[in-house]
Order: sequence, then C-alpha cells, then structure tokens
Amino acid sequence: MTFSPQLEARFAKLLTSYPAGRQRSAMIPMLLYAQDELGHITDELVEEVARRVGVTPLQVNEVLSYYSMLHRKPLGKYHVQVCTNISCLLHDGDKLYEHACKKLGIGHKGVTADGQISLEEVECMGACSWAPAIQVNYDFHHFVTPEQLDQLLDGLRKT
Amino acid sequence: MLYNQPSPLETKVLSRRFGMPNSASIDTYLATEGYQAFRKAAGMKPEEIIEEVKISNLRGRGGAGFPTGMKWSFVPRTSPKPKYIVVNADESEPGTCKDRVLIENDPHQLIEGTLIAGKAVDAHAGYIYVRGEYRYLIEILDKAIAEAYEKGWLGKNIQGTGFDFDLYTHTGAGAYECGEESALLESLEGKRGIPRIRPPFPAVAGAFQCPTVLNNVETYCAVPAILRDGGAAFAALGIPKSGGTKMTCLTGHVNKPGVYELRLGFPVKQMIEEVGGGIRLGRKMKAFIPGGSSCPVLTAAEVEGATMDYDSMAQRKSMLGSGGVIIMDDQTCMVKAALRIMRFYAHESCGWCIPCREGTTWLKKILERFHAGGGTRTDINLIGDISRNMLGRTFCPLGDAAAMPTISIVEKFRHEFEDHLDGKPCPYEHEMVTV
Repeated sequence: MTFSPQLEARFAKLLTSYPAGRQRSAMIPMLLYAQDELGHITDELVEEVARRVGVTPLQVNEVLSYYSMLHRKPLGKYHVQVCTNISCLLHDGDKLYEHACKKLGIGHKGVTADGQISLEEVECMGACSWAPAIQVNYDFHHFVTPEQLDQLLDGLRKT
Repeated sequence: MLYNQPSPLETKVLSRRFGMPNSASIDTYLATEGYQAFRKAAGMKPEEIIEEVKISNLRGRGGAGFPTGMKWSFVPRTSPKPKYIVVNADESEPGTCKDRVLIENDPHQLIEGTLIAGKAVDAHAGYIYVRGEYRYLIEILDKAIAEAYEKGWLGKNIQGTGFDFDLYTHTGAGAYECGEESALLESLEGKRGIPRIRPPFPAVAGAFQCPTVLNNVETYCAVPAILRDGGAAFAALGIPKSGGTKMTCLTGHVNKPGVYELRLGFPVKQMIEEVGGGIRLGRKMKAFIPGGSSCPVLTAAEVEGATMDYDSMAQRKSMLGSGGVIIMDDQTCMVKAALRIMRFYAHESCGWCIPCREGTTWLKKILERFHAGGGTRTDINLIGDISRNMLGRTFCPLGDAAAMPTISIVEKFRHEFEDHLDGKPCPYEHEMVTV
C-alpha cells in the first residue's frame, strides 16, 4: 500500500521508537494514524500493518477488535461523538445525544446517507469539568447547548 | 489554554505556569526555573533523589495513592536489563480531566519529571501513553519533545551531565482498561489491554519485561517542584502522609466547574461553596463522589467536616481517587446515575475475569429494567449481592470499581429504588437544563 509522505514518516518514526524486536508495539498507533487518512481500517491495511510489524493479519485483527476507536466500517467525514457519561449526564448529555439523533436521523454508530456525518454515543472523553462535551473527529467542544449543536451540525453538512 | 477561570483559593505549584503567554514553550519553561530541578538531580545520587521524593510524601495521583518514592525504590537499579519510565496519560476515569490541562499548559514540566525519574532509577528511555482521544495533546507533546531535543534537554549526554534519555509518545486507541498499569503495558506492547497477573510488579517486570517506573502524569509533574524546592517544602503544602497539592476537577452541579489545584486536606465544604461557587440553581447537594466514578458515593451528610485527602476519604469508606469530583444536586436520579456508571463499566470491562465481565452486564440489565419501571423489590438486594460478589475477585480493580459505587448507591439511596417500583415513572425526569 502507498500512504502519504507524512504518514510514512510517522510509521518510520514509530518503528524505531521501541526496543529491537519489539516493533509490534507500533501496531496500534499505526492503525489509528492510518485510519485517520483512510477513513476506516480495511483488510488491505490490516495485512500491510501486519507485514510491517512482523505479525500475522489474524493477530492484528485480534488486537484491533479490542479498541473502540479503531473502526472496520467507514465513518462519516465528520465523526460526532457525544459523551453521556456521568459528568456529562449531570448536564443532560443524554438529552443532547438524543437531540443529535433526531436532528441527523441516525442512531449510535450511524452514518448519514451522504456519508458526511457519523454519530457515536461515547464514554468519558476527559472534558468532565466543561460538560456537556462532544468531539468532532479530534476537536473538543465544551458546554454544548442543543442550539450550538444544531449550528455545528448544519455547518458540517455544508462543508 | 484554560477552560475555566482560576480560583484565588488555589495553591499553584504544578499549575504555576498556567495562563502565562506561550506556557507550553521551552522558552517560557526555561525562563521560569524550568529544567533546573533536573540539573540539581543530575548532581545527586539516585538514592538521594528517591529519598527526596519519599520526604515529599508524594502519593500516586492516578487514583491508587501509592507512595511514589517507595514505588521508585522497588526498581532493581543494578539489574542488567534496560529500565523504562512510562507515563500514564490514559486519563479516562469518569470525572477526571486534569492531566489534559497539565499537558496542554505545561508539557515540559512532565518531560522534566520523567527525566528526573529516569535519573533516579537509571532508565534511559520513556514512553508517554496518551489516550487516543487526546490527539491534540500528542501533538503538543511531540512539539515539546522536539524542542527539548533541540535545546539539549533530551538525547545523549544531556547538558553535559553524561545522562542519556530518550522520550516517545504512544497513542492509545480507546479503552478505559488501558489506564490500569498492567493493561497499559500490554497495550504498549501492541496487544489487547488485559491485565497481567502480579507479582511480578512493573518495577521488576514492566514494559518489555524490564524494570519500569509507571506513574500518572500529575505524579511526574510534581517531581520538578519537589527537587527544586525540596521534599519537605512540598510535604508542608499538604497534611501529614499526604504531601503537596492535588489537581482537582470539579464536575457536575456546581456553578463554577473546572480544574483547580488545591492543597491536600482542603475542606470539602469550602471547595464546593467557594471554589466551585456552590450548587447551581440554588439547590442542595444530594451526593458527592470524591475522585472518579470508581469511588463509593458519599451523601451530603457524610461529607460534613471532610477534607480532600487520602485519610479523610478512607475514614468515610470512600477514596480520594483521581481527583475527579462529581457533585449531584437534589434533583438527580440516583438509579439513573447508578445505571449510567454501570453501562460504562460493562462497556469497558475487558472480559478477562468472569465476575467482572458477567457481573457488569447483569447489573446493567437489571438497572436498565429498574429505571424503566420494571424493577421488583427483590432486584434491590440482587444488585447489592451481585456487586459484592465481584469485589476482590478480579485481576485488576475494574470489577471493584464497578461494584463499589453501586453498593454505596443501593445502600444509601434505597428509597429512590423503591420509588421506581411497580411501573412508577422516574420522579426526576426533566427537560434539558442549560445554565
């Protein structure tokens, strides 16, 4: 597989970050960084990463199925993650999530028909003092109101 | 950047650079006594560094509260194997968002803490394991690490001291369990994050089966101040047996939620009323969780006279935990709170130990049914029984973490469970409140 020069540089650095013979350590970071570029983890990517870190594709699949941020199916261009865990719940994060479901017409791990937006109800993301919080891809949004969420989602639909 | 205004009641040691222009840059760090603690440590014997950390009474800030100096002393320095420093930046305990601000505002303080730890145990490489959701922090750390290499504070023969140290960031990919030390090490080695049987402890066989110091971000961040100002000065900020300050995350129903640095032993009441600005909408507090959702829940009456430290919380049969304070007002449904907490643990249980894997899912199902009005009177005791049968029966503390808050909620708020019996609608359902 061919990747962007930036991703190749990232891979090269990862493969030299661990002690000799421990290249398997690079597997999870490689999968996540590659997913950022490809949108999701394909069979081809599994084989490529397996080859580069020196394990079998089965071993890569075994590991990646454990991690909630590694996705085997395509996500939307914008992945909207709404936290409903306890500190966000106390600020009605559950209602914010329901609002997002209605607005987008999709549910947990759903993707809009145009592939633009996907939605996920997520566990604590470390924004507890600024609840309710959401993440769009890797960007945090704090103290989110339903009105702000509407505006944000409308903006994501257009771009 | 800061997401909340600081409070005048804070004792700013770890957060002393917060709010300064370019606080994350090495220039700001060097201009404000940065890396001077490492310079001091470089001239000390390893056992002297560890002794200074012991004097400081610094205890692990990730939740367990184990004395840091003692932990470091367990590393067999004379072992022929390489030794490693591992930073737990997998902050994912619900209610906790302090490591995020420490890294975002002052990454060099963390780097200096790892350098000093490396010097203390003769380690020459370190890994910062950062939860995957904190991608922007990895970028901040990578930039800070590059600056440190460029200015000779990382790499070979650091500042002519003869000490070599390399530091790397490593991203997680979404798993609460990887915040548990042995699961973190498995994940760092490219495996599923399941706990290891101990002993051997990481001090003897940690990363890559080599001796390893593994601490929380906040713990390492306290180390430069300890070396710079002396362990005794740090200890004096807190109370006996709990030295220093704690980054405290006020979350839930307070008027001024935020991350504040408070000395250990800070009165809970003053923290809620003065630092946090009191309970929002003029309501009263119903329940209090001192340090993340894994801690037993306390009632408002139980926290009367309590202080934020390890012993005060242990006396009340709870824990200081991670510093993620969760405050619930008198309109909170405790059944719904118990359910949401259990949904989390059921989702995050790694499945290695059956009491945790099955117990969390059973409890989630019962609580879901209960909150929807389908509960029976016998369910109330069943929730407690299942929880108690998980306690102490798992390789790692996740099973306990799920059981402890649940047991406390059922015991202390039993009447709220009774209010949901016989198909009665939840008495606390409400429209979304935005303040």
